[in-house]
Amino acid sequence: MKKLDNFTKGIIKENPVLVLILGTCPTLATSTSVSSAIGMGAAATVVLLCSNIVISALRKVIPDKVRIPCYIVLIAGFVTMVQMLVKAFAPALDKSLGIYLPLIVVNCIILGRAEMFANKNKVIDSAIDALGMGAGFTLALCAMATIREVFGNGTFFGIPIPVLESNNISILTMAPGGFFVFGLLIAIVNKFFTSKPKKKDFGCEGCPSRDVCRGAAEKEGV
Amino acid sequence: MTKLIIILLSAVFINNYVLSRFLGICPFLGVSKKLDSATGMSIAVIFVMLMATAVTYPIQMYLLVPNDLGYLQTIVFILVIAALVQLVEIVLKRYIPSLHKSLGVYLPLITTNCAVLGVTILNIDEGYTFLEAMVNSLGSGLGFFLAMVMFSGVRSKIEGADIPKSFKGLPVTLIAASITSLSFLGFGGVIENLFA
Repeated sequence: MKKLDNFTKGIIKENPVLVLILGTCPTLATSTSVSSAIGMGAAATVVLLCSNIVISALRKVIPDKVRIPCYIVLIAGFVTMVQMLVKAFAPALDKSLGIYLPLIVVNCIILGRAEMFANKNKVIDSAIDALGMGAGFTLALCAMATIREVFGNGTFFGIPIPVLESNNISILTMAPGGFFVFGLLIAIVNKFFTSKPKKKDFGCEGCPSRDVCRGAAEKEGV
Repeated sequence: MTKLIIILLSAVFINNYVLSRFLGICPFLGVSKKLDSATGMSIAVIFVMLMATAVTYPIQMYLLVPNDLGYLQTIVFILVIAALVQLVEIVLKRYIPSLHKSLGVYLPLITTNCAVLGVTILNIDEGYTFLEAMVNSLGSGLGFFLAMVMFSGVRSKIEGADIPKSFKGLPVTLIAASITSLSFLGFGGVIENLFA
């Protein structure tokens, strides 16, 4: 039962994108079409799964002081593998994700889960956590991409939708639309899924480098 | 010369890193509450972007490409940037303590900033020469600075506004960011026509 909880919490209660507010950059950038959203979600999930498993297996070996650099090297290694696989087997996806594929390295979800979960838990739990978080990330991306593609472009998975196609709101597929749809989605999640809006401010909490940069947060007066 | 000016201006206004390429959103949303911290963060970003490009560009061109190690780009770049940020922090602390005091707190934050890694990789992908790459990094940093400073002004207005409960905090900030980014869309096409 606890294992199932580990999986489902990533989807709604601790959704990495909509509740923990991690990984905003790829969410905004790759949600212009559903197919690239799924590609991004899958790539990030694979990296997350591999890095969570390896980090959790090595959690007693990695010295505490240099753990962040170690995690970054491990994650960068997995990202390079995924990059090569995508380039070889899905060149179209590689083109549509572009710069955001190597940037999975600095995706806060992956470093965040390593820091928050994988270095404290067993391998199997960490793997389940990674799958749940990956599913949550992919679902949130798809929800955003569906709104932006259907209303912004009048298509779904590239298939034209009769009425919407000639009445598309193309601003939704551009940068401002990304911020706007993301804001609306978080407001909806706040309204229906969490009983009260979070008291603490966003941005720094949950960020893996929070401890390092506490000085910045104090200066902000958070 | 004209090409350099076009690269600089389009990096600042048209392909603004934050508002149209969505890189560096975390500091954009997290550290933009007050003007002085927004300024400090952006100056640190400009500084690190220039340093990172100056170091990673030769590494890619003279070390990785001749030895057929192009696939190591991601790993090498992130490590170099992380080490560089640490080094800069130590040097500043030792020799220029006053600058360390004002920028130091933001430096560790920058290691995992996607804007810095993004600019170094894009410089290679675009096939720039070394000078063009440096100008592009400067422009990207200035664009980040502009967006941060503008947005901290916008946010100080939001603080006092009466907003629906579920929009409080991040949602209203994102919608404000959307309007700020809308204003930057107006620059599209201006720069090409300026020099045409």
